[in-house]
Amino acid sequence: MKADHRAQHWEHFEHGADIGVRGYGDTRAEAFRQAAMALTAVVTDPARVDASQAVSVACEADDDEVLLVDWLNAIIYEMATREMLFSRFDLRLHDHRLEASLFGEAVDTAKHHPAVEIKGATFTQLRVVQNDDGIWLAQCVVDV
Amino acid sequence: MELELFQQHSETRWEIAPHGAMRVPAVIYADEGLIRDMDHKVYEQICNVATLPGIVGAAFAMPDAHWGYGFPIGGVAAFDADEGGVISAGGVGFDISCGVRTLHTGLLSQDILPHKQALAEALYARIPAGVGSTGNIRLSHREMEAMLRGGARWAVEQGYGEEADLVRTEEQGCMADARPEYVSDHARQRQRREMGTLGSGNHYLEVQHVTRVYDARIARLYGIEEGDVVISIHCGSRGLGHQIGTEFLREMVVAAPQHGIHLPDRELACAPIHSEVGQRYLGAMRAGINCALANRQILTHLAREAFAAVLPEARLSLLYDVSHNTCKVEEHLIDGRRRRLFVHRKGATRALGPGHPDVPPPLRDAGQPVLIGGSMGTASYILAGTHESEERAFSSACHGAGRAMSRHKATKKWRGRALVDELAGRGIIVRSPSLHGVAEEAPGAYKDVSKVVEAADRAGLAKNVARLEPLVVIKG
Repeated sequence: MKADHRAQHWEHFEHGADIGVRGYGDTRAEAFRQAAMALTAVVTDPARVDASQAVSVACEADDDEVLLVDWLNAIIYEMATREMLFSRFDLRLHDHRLEASLFGEAVDTAKHHPAVEIKGATFTQLRVVQNDDGIWLAQCVVDV
Repeated sequence: MELELFQQHSETRWEIAPHGAMRVPAVIYADEGLIRDMDHKVYEQICNVATLPGIVGAAFAMPDAHWGYGFPIGGVAAFDADEGGVISAGGVGFDISCGVRTLHTGLLSQDILPHKQALAEALYARIPAGVGSTGNIRLSHREMEAMLRGGARWAVEQGYGEEADLVRTEEQGCMADARPEYVSDHARQRQRREMGTLGSGNHYLEVQHVTRVYDARIARLYGIEEGDVVISIHCGSRGLGHQIGTEFLREMVVAAPQHGIHLPDRELACAPIHSEVGQRYLGAMRAGINCALANRQILTHLAREAFAAVLPEARLSLLYDVSHNTCKVEEHLIDGRRRRLFVHRKGATRALGPGHPDVPPPLRDAGQPVLIGGSMGTASYILAGTHESEERAFSSACHGAGRAMSRHKATKKWRGRALVDELAGRGIIVRSPSLHGVAEEAPGAYKDVSKVVEAADRAGLAKNVARLEPLVVIKG
């Protein structure tokens, strides 16, 4: 599944039992944001999710890759406990600290046809790197 | 995988000699076909497991092994705490104590055929399944504590089931030494509305019938015959277990260097059993096991209610309940010496042999039931633990079919509606809130469970007893 082919986009990649989420962006923050879109797309088509309600999250980690896992797990936690799906992510990255507003709505089975719930983001195939062309990539496998 | 990677010790035992940082050999139990089809990642991951401190004997992979997280799914490894052994959050996995329980119904196929549709609707109405589904049970802080300590025993005390269910559950329904104080607020929060829910992905409740008996003596001891209708429930510790896994995995990744542990893969995150974080994880994981046991017990109660509404003559009694994502303290005979080991089973089932004191008395002569879930619409199997399994793989066997294809590929290849119709044509009613989810779980996306079971049987890990086929599937 690919959203588009510009510098900023997300995609899924294969994992034997589960699925990988991958975001690309001109900045680290943009790649993180795209990875979050890919996360929502594991459950439903993000275009079906109205960004009508906001939730704030924050996380911190010394390591960029651990920070990506924390970021995705923070979203997974909000999805699970608020029973919401998110389609817009405004995030700010200051070195090792991430602050974000997630925008979405309550899960509606008839509207979203959610495929699967996500148990957690994993350290498998986990990478946060800036490629030679300057594009950031942020990815890991999520357990469903 | 290429067969040249292994030294073949028997038809079903494939060994990898220690190399690099491996402390012990790695062993895969499978037949040649399964080995050839197995993902190369299984080789990589099982060799990584063999590098962990304090590992005893060998790192094992079961016939259904596939690419997992750190450990392969279908991985078994035992550690000695007094020799620097570790406990691994990755080695247990996110869905702590995910497992299968099978119930007798006292009915025969012909009894339920006229009522199949009504039964499917009654079950679907009562069993919360799928994303965002919530149970009717809300636990106060105090009740949550009691549930995390008491497991299925707590559930029975609350009126969800019968005392007799507990005898036929691992740990008699209650994992000892659970430490709810190490279960975070976040983990509790994720569980708040999820008690008594099935979840999604490969979790299900199936009404099945016994279509073949392979071992009449053991089948008799288990109380099953051809034509019997049974119910199997596959699910785990829900949000609470997932959150415990998430938090400790991160903590163990970050703490590994302080413990002098080099992780070949961060997902192998582990800590010495004798460390502070190791002890905290053990306590929290055991609370997670209790959550899973309580959850399957509540689902059993809901299934009983559904049956009572449609087929009041049914009598649902537990055959057995197994967990397949755990770390348990067990004694095993190693080179003539009994040792106390921390046995990790990630996507593997405990398979105690006949006479083992932890097998409940009515089943003891037969060995522990090993309940193997197949893919939707194919078959499930009941096996029995063997004496040899102890020496082969710390009394462990496979746990299911194992995926052969990714979810992504499955949804490209199949459509949920077409699958539901096709299964209906074969007399199998599928009820699920998500057709997309059904496509991801297409039967063809899994390995052939019968080949996995055959290999486990031939390897002596467990003995094949009976084959079950579905009539009604409630899918998360």
